[in-house]
Amino acid sequence: MDNFTRLTATACPLPQPNINTDAILPARFLKWPRDKGLGSVLFNDIRRDADGNELADFPLNKPAWRNAQILIAGRNFGGGSSREAAVYAVYDYGIRCVIAPSFGDIFAQNSVKNGLLTAAVSDAEAAELAAAVAADPSRAVTVDLDEQTITCGNRTYSFAIDPVSKNQLLNGWDDVDLTESFRQKIEDYREADRQSRPWAAIGR
Amino acid sequence: MRHTSQTLFDKLWSSHEIARREDGAALLFVDRHFVHEGSFHGFSQIKARGRKVAEPNLTFGVADHYVPTHDRDKAIANPEIAEMVRKLEQNTIDNGVTLFGLRDRRQGIVHVVGPEQGLTLPGLLIVCGDSHTSTHGAFGTYAFGIGASEVAHVLMTQTLWQKKPKRMRITVDGQTGAGIAAKDIALAIIAHIHADGAQGHAIEYAGSAIRALSMEGRLTLCNLSIEAGGRCGMVAPDATTFAYIKGRPYAPQGELFERAVEDWSRLPSDADAEFDREVSLDAGAIAPVVTWGTTPDDALPIDASAPDPARETDEARASYIRDALDYMAIRPGMKLTDVAIDRVFIGSCTNARIEDLRAAAAVLAGRRSKVPGLVSPGSSLVKSQAEQEGLDRIFRDAGLEWAESGCSMCVGINGDLVPEGERCASTTNRNFKGRQGRGARTHLMSPAMVAAAAVSGHLADVRPMLAGRKV
Repeated sequence: MDNFTRLTATACPLPQPNINTDAILPARFLKWPRDKGLGSVLFNDIRRDADGNELADFPLNKPAWRNAQILIAGRNFGGGSSREAAVYAVYDYGIRCVIAPSFGDIFAQNSVKNGLLTAAVSDAEAAELAAAVAADPSRAVTVDLDEQTITCGNRTYSFAIDPVSKNQLLNGWDDVDLTESFRQKIEDYREADRQSRPWAAIGR
Repeated sequence: MRHTSQTLFDKLWSSHEIARREDGAALLFVDRHFVHEGSFHGFSQIKARGRKVAEPNLTFGVADHYVPTHDRDKAIANPEIAEMVRKLEQNTIDNGVTLFGLRDRRQGIVHVVGPEQGLTLPGLLIVCGDSHTSTHGAFGTYAFGIGASEVAHVLMTQTLWQKKPKRMRITVDGQTGAGIAAKDIALAIIAHIHADGAQGHAIEYAGSAIRALSMEGRLTLCNLSIEAGGRCGMVAPDATTFAYIKGRPYAPQGELFERAVEDWSRLPSDADAEFDREVSLDAGAIAPVVTWGTTPDDALPIDASAPDPARETDEARASYIRDALDYMAIRPGMKLTDVAIDRVFIGSCTNARIEDLRAAAAVLAGRRSKVPGLVSPGSSLVKSQAEQEGLDRIFRDAGLEWAESGCSMCVGINGDLVPEGERCASTTNRNFKGRQGRGARTHLMSPAMVAAAAVSGHLADVRPMLAGRKV
């Protein structure tokens, strides 16, 4: 997995609340294998009409934000379905950081596993950031994970992220390798568990 | 050693903790892992590493998301969908994993099959690559949905790294009125705390109205925890739970069952245990609920009117309401009972268990639906039981289609879709834009309320229709 340390990039405002994973990646694209790349169908049904034509009003369709690497979204971004392919779509499009007041828990967890930073700010700060980049799309935004700061123009905001996710994003850790180093502890747990919860084994 | 009071969730967490890192993440043991057609990303990841499933006997495959609900005796017509079902078969065969496949009589929706087979037990940790895994919490189980990378991690190690969620107790005391189902309680909770209200929290549902629920009702309630943003939801196990489990195929038997009940009886939260957050609702005040908008917290009692953005002082909220009403083609301030529907769907992991089908059938018996509709039982065994009880005749006589079991029209990926622009009264869990098909409009409600809407041709209060009926 790619790590995340610091990014300066164009940021696209997408301030509606509750952009759920069905909106990020409609279910009919879930059959696609990862290597096909899912960036082309990111936000498909809110980005294009039924005939596949781009909707001019959708921010990512505007020339200024087409190559944005940061999204500034509304509350509860990525709520709903656990589909990790929603994160693949965001990442494959080229987005590396989503700033929002809150995120669906599973989406946030999936993001960490794929090197996508979810940075939580207050409702007012998200609205202010979205308004700032809407007013001047050329204004780049800098996100620093170690410092947990977002800088836009002369304003700097702090963002929240739990230490576990921060650690993993900064280091680009592979969970499986880490877990393998706990092999003995897992065996010890299972041995003790057979005594304490004999009924937890499969009953036939 | 001083005794510290623990919540149900604390007890579940500590009994699964293998190790803890400095940053607070804990390595947890996974007792049961369910996989479905959508888990192919996880299997691809382990294949890429040259690995196999570490604990095939703790892993169970269920074909539900893509399976057809019609013509099961024929080959699947759509080659892409057929490939999804085939891939699950192949991945489970290659790894020696038991599969409740397309033609297995135990096949059904994963969150119905687990409890039905006795795979879901109190005190277990259960994961599945599906957000509605919270359903299994009804047994006093720590159960939650995970993404593909975590699916791969569990497949390879039977463990998972997690940070401990905060603890939230939602207490619903009192007695619900006639015609009020677990779905109404759940939607009332979601409307109250909002779609992200329980983010970062493990919910425990408590109170007399929760204790009074059947296992089916508790499953519906816990299922919808994710629609309130909760990581998981749970109900402490009690006599209702133990009676449901006893004798199920994979449940512990004989002395082991007795020992289990003894252990499970110690799981409920200690009397003085503390929660990070407490919410309470009065069961007596809950009316039948329907959704009007495009998130599950856009929910109101059936006798209410749609909101009017002109009366909103918060401009962001007004803009949200305008957008949702526009998508739903509902006029501001319109009475919800005036909203005409085009079709109904009874199914999904939320509301397709036997009790749900009985509740809908009790309303439909001797009546005709004014709109077309589909009934997809939660499992093939639920389907058989319903047929033994004659419920299928009631649905058919009402003019509805009686289909096979699967996720079906809740997510639409098997081809069961609501046509663009049509409005569906649905027992499912998500009224998101496009959830049941591009441009489809979904209203969530209980099975009895869907039946009432079917008979009326518009959203309707089921309570008057229950007069003189046994429910």
